[in-house]
Amino acid sequence: MFKKILASNPLIMLIFSAVVLSAPIWLAPFGANYPDLLQKFAIFGIFAVGYNILFGLTGYLSFGHATFLGIGSYTAVWSFKLLTMNILPAIVLAMIVSGLFAVVIGYLSLRRSGIYFSILTLAFAQMAYSLAYSVLTPITNGETGLQVSQQDPRVLDAMAGIAVTDGIPSTNLFGALIKSQGGYYGFYVAAVLLIIAFYISLKIFRSPFGMKLRAIKSNQTRMKYTGFNTKPYLLTAFVISGMYAGLAGGLLASIDPLAGAERMQWTASGEVVLMTILGGVGTLIGPLLGTTLIKYFENIFSALNDSELHSMFSFMPEGLQNIMVTVVSPFVGEGWHLTLGLVFMIVVIFLPGGIMQGLTHLFNFVKRLVGLGGSNKVIDNMAANDTPNNTLNKHKGEA
Amino acid sequence: MSIILDISSVNKTFGGLQALNDVNLKIEEGETHAIIGPNGAGKSTLLNCCIGRLIPDSGSVTFNGQNMIGMQPHDINHAGMVRIFQTPEIFPDLTLLQNVMVPALAKRDGTFKFNPFKSLSAEKAILEEAHATLADFELDKFHDQLANSISRGDKRRLELAMGIIQHPKLLLLDEPTAGMARHDTNRTIDLLNSDKMQNMTKVIIEHDMHVVFSLADRISVLVRGNIITTGTPEEIKNDPKVKEAYLGESDEGESEDE
Repeated sequence: MFKKILASNPLIMLIFSAVVLSAPIWLAPFGANYPDLLQKFAIFGIFAVGYNILFGLTGYLSFGHATFLGIGSYTAVWSFKLLTMNILPAIVLAMIVSGLFAVVIGYLSLRRSGIYFSILTLAFAQMAYSLAYSVLTPITNGETGLQVSQQDPRVLDAMAGIAVTDGIPSTNLFGALIKSQGGYYGFYVAAVLLIIAFYISLKIFRSPFGMKLRAIKSNQTRMKYTGFNTKPYLLTAFVISGMYAGLAGGLLASIDPLAGAERMQWTASGEVVLMTILGGVGTLIGPLLGTTLIKYFENIFSALNDSELHSMFSFMPEGLQNIMVTVVSPFVGEGWHLTLGLVFMIVVIFLPGGIMQGLTHLFNFVKRLVGLGGSNKVIDNMAANDTPNNTLNKHKGEA
Repeated sequence: MSIILDISSVNKTFGGLQALNDVNLKIEEGETHAIIGPNGAGKSTLLNCCIGRLIPDSGSVTFNGQNMIGMQPHDINHAGMVRIFQTPEIFPDLTLLQNVMVPALAKRDGTFKFNPFKSLSAEKAILEEAHATLADFELDKFHDQLANSISRGDKRRLELAMGIIQHPKLLLLDEPTAGMARHDTNRTIDLLNSDKMQNMTKVIIEHDMHVVFSLADRISVLVRGNIITTGTPEEIKNDPKVKEAYLGESDEGESEDE
């Protein structure tokens, strides 16, 4: 039965949509059901799902995908300034423009593979970041970041007779303000786009095209001698993932109409790599799990400070309490990345397939406990179809 | 019989080493042609020059009337020349079924096709062909296992299946039985001699004389980059030059078996 569910696209999409759209309800017990965080889950989820099409399927590790996130954001804000505050043209343009950049950057970076490819993408990302800060200031507004203002032309809005009279205009989708409903509207817009993005990713994973991308990851030499020109396949995957990133960037700007260069910094590129690996590279749902966990814990840990730690450890005697606070405090607040780094190391060393691998082990373990018979076929099939054991996994298998 | 592969005056040097020295070889349609020779004779180099892995310094390689030199490996594949490697080049992270589906798709889709919304399970014809090919090679029972989980002999047969499913005009086999146990070797020989494969044009590089004499219609002997003779297995067996250069030196025991 389980296998049937996994094999059926409509059923997967039904469950997935239900889970995503009901997130404000089931995340409530975790204290994570407020719009700001929910929007982040959905938007970075799109980013990670798209990144996984490149990294998960072809194995090409890009260290520069935040570039497309940034380009998407800038494009969206320009669309708000010049065309309309409606987010639809903004995100469509964001995808198109970041896709065009992905064609150029991908074409050049894909001339190399492995570590050289990663370095090239990183170099392009850093170039984009520095350019946004320096010579491109007229377009990016440098350090201040690009913002909308009341005086912007907004040609389409002007034609439609929409005028902004007080303060900074707000983004909308055909009149409905993104910020309305306390921000939940923004979340639902992002959630619907996430569902569409996930569906496309699911289709790609289960198409001949997706299988060929996996074959490239598995053995590119064989692929060439089997009669495939691998370059266009890789470039297509690169551009698709770049457009996903552009969509995510456009959405970020739609929710908060400003774009800054720090969105393109290498740490942002690194974050999506972490999300994907933490959740499980090459699995359908893993990157989303990774995104949710990282964004959730970032939210909790980075908000902690010393006085809160003191109250957390207040049940301890004074001396011990101080020691605990001293030990823990470097890992919270500004030091949240230290915690993230530690978690990442632990996952890569002990669970190279990410959380998805852990869940698979757990599932098999429970099944053995319950004694549902010795067949692990379901999970094996799942592994074969949706989790082409990544390279990290392979090494573990050999050990 | 028509000539399907014409290798003419091919030279290749690596630094100071003359790996191939004015090699001329004509492969006839329908034959199984073995190339034998001691280690380092240039056998693999010759294959590499045919399939675009190496570009010869001079000479020409004509396949089916088409010049192969300078062509990309994927275009050579579509011209109808398929190579099976010495160390199995398969897709270790894909299932056996997917391993044979990929080359079947290559045959149908060409060098590039973007069809991300087509479902794999809707590829009925390809799936059927893949299952049938796996069955021919007695691998169908493993079809949903990952290819890195099967034995080495099975991996090599899998690669053979991946070649066969493309219905190549010419199959180049680089030591198809190297490192195999005797019974595995015999299974592979039977496969290559089976009805389906017997009439396929094949070029086989092989060390094992038992394999060579079981399969080959004609044999060429390559020594230090030179083809010293070409002939039927009988002629080769009795050729004193060959005995001196090759059989006598390295494989005396084997040749007496025959």
